[in-house]
Amino acid sequence: MRDVLLTAIRGIGFGSIYAMLAVGFVVIYKSSRVISFAQPALMLAGAVLVSYLAGPIGFYGAVLVAALAIAALGLGVERATIRPMIGRPVFVIAIITLGLDIAIRVVVNAFIGSDVRNVGDPWGLSAVDVFGLPVQERYIAMVLVLVVTVGALFAFFQYSRYGLAMRAASLDQETAMVQGVSVGAMMALSWAIAGGLAAVAGAFVGAGGGIEQNTWIIALKALPAIIIGGLDSVGGAVIGGLLVGLVESFFATYQGEYLPWLGQNFSLVSPYVLLLVVLLVRPYGIFGTREVERV
Amino acid sequence: MSEPLFEVDETGEDVTRADTASSAAELSPAEKAATREEHLKLAEGALVRADDLVAGYVPGVNILRGCDFYLQDGELVGIIGPNGAGKSTLLKTLFGLIPVRSGEVTLRGESITGAPAHRLVSMGVGYVPQNNNVFPSLSIEENMQMGVFLRPKTFKERFDYVIDLFPLLGERRKGKAGALSGGERQMVAMGRALMMDPSVLLLDEPSAGLSPVYQDEVFIRCRRINATGVSIIMVEQNARRCLQICDRGYVLDQGRNAYTDSGRSLMNDPKVIELYLGTLAKAQ
Repeated sequence: MRDVLLTAIRGIGFGSIYAMLAVGFVVIYKSSRVISFAQPALMLAGAVLVSYLAGPIGFYGAVLVAALAIAALGLGVERATIRPMIGRPVFVIAIITLGLDIAIRVVVNAFIGSDVRNVGDPWGLSAVDVFGLPVQERYIAMVLVLVVTVGALFAFFQYSRYGLAMRAASLDQETAMVQGVSVGAMMALSWAIAGGLAAVAGAFVGAGGGIEQNTWIIALKALPAIIIGGLDSVGGAVIGGLLVGLVESFFATYQGEYLPWLGQNFSLVSPYVLLLVVLLVRPYGIFGTREVERV
Repeated sequence: MSEPLFEVDETGEDVTRADTASSAAELSPAEKAATREEHLKLAEGALVRADDLVAGYVPGVNILRGCDFYLQDGELVGIIGPNGAGKSTLLKTLFGLIPVRSGEVTLRGESITGAPAHRLVSMGVGYVPQNNNVFPSLSIEENMQMGVFLRPKTFKERFDYVIDLFPLLGERRKGKAGALSGGERQMVAMGRALMMDPSVLLLDEPSAGLSPVYQDEVFIRCRRINATGVSIIMVEQNARRCLQICDRGYVLDQGRNAYTDSGRSLMNDPKVIELYLGTLAKAQ
């Protein structure tokens, strides 16, 4: 039972990271119907910035500055490369985001170097006793940061004027436009939010183990999370991210013992197996909107 | 193989229907010029005015091909015509949703040609799109909040005004707009457009897809809104009902003005009856 609980806690911890990244994907998708493949690069850029700033200004200050800086980068990227493509096929825009991802990572990799970089988090692998269980502090921090960021985002969407405008624009751009909403500004805002979330996620991805050039691959686990949760649901992205984390963690702990015939490291592909199972039952994800087309 | 609706020649002019279809306005060039001159004279000092508008969605294909229009302060003007005449295109062009290729649109004498929608909204122009014109997963109250996106502080005062016109919106303010019937959604859309206290309201087929009862309701509301001092431009498929309530009407054909007169005169014009109002109107 103790192992099961520790495995679940680890899954929820990493799942919180996937959830934050997944929310970023969903926010951009809702504003522009495009899946941004630049999220891994933004995550890595945020992590690198934290690794450089944590020394001089402390970890928490570094996370805040990195979130703001990557949000600004998201704004710039949207204005320079995505906005001119409005009205073009979504596939073309998705490919542009793929190119952006590669370009940003090339620059960021130069700052990472060939070794592992420590992000300067205050927890490392230390644990605290929670009801007799040695729970790693970084997992608690990951869950807390998810609660805070998603809570803030929820409040923004629910109670602020611009949050309401973003929700409206995601439902119908033309009708939002005729209310005086600048749809372009809403898209830029979505890229800024996604960038900020990616940067925070990046800082926590590196907590305990540091970052290296291949850390970006972790962000790809948010893709099954958004498909599982439903591409257009922020709540679904959170649930999807947590589910991916849990499934991955349980496979990592128990697959070797109970399903050895699946081979080594099956946990790495387990999110995609979960994705397949969910899509077979619910093709639009758990919370996704079923698209109905009049024929 | 079916013929395309429009074809363009080397000069960029679309020629397919312009010369082959039987035009509604069978006037000589001199008569046309005289009619246009008279129209321009009447348009002087208009609240909204469009001169010689050419516009379209696809490059090289013009839907509006030299359309004139004006709306005087306090008027309710209807725009009717067959499918593909350019009615909705004219409305969208006035509101800056479609790029103007030539011609000019003015509001109180100031050019608004190609002005972005948010500028027009802040200048007092409201627009109600034809279909899917509410935000379905937002509540009615949130839809109304979107109506005053540019002036959020006026929400309470304006919402009270809108509730006075559409009491249902107040009763169901917390309900999702997507759960309403077509007619009720139309009220949400119209109410939301009124939230900004517009001086001009552009309505794109407000009765489309509604039951006859709701159609009557919508036309009555339009008249009532107009009586409060809001000038209205209304595009309608239900030509007879539209002409019954409007002060003036435009009949468009192939992107050009075919007839312009008071609503009552157009309803009794034999050519308009023959071509647009149908045999039922003739019998009546």
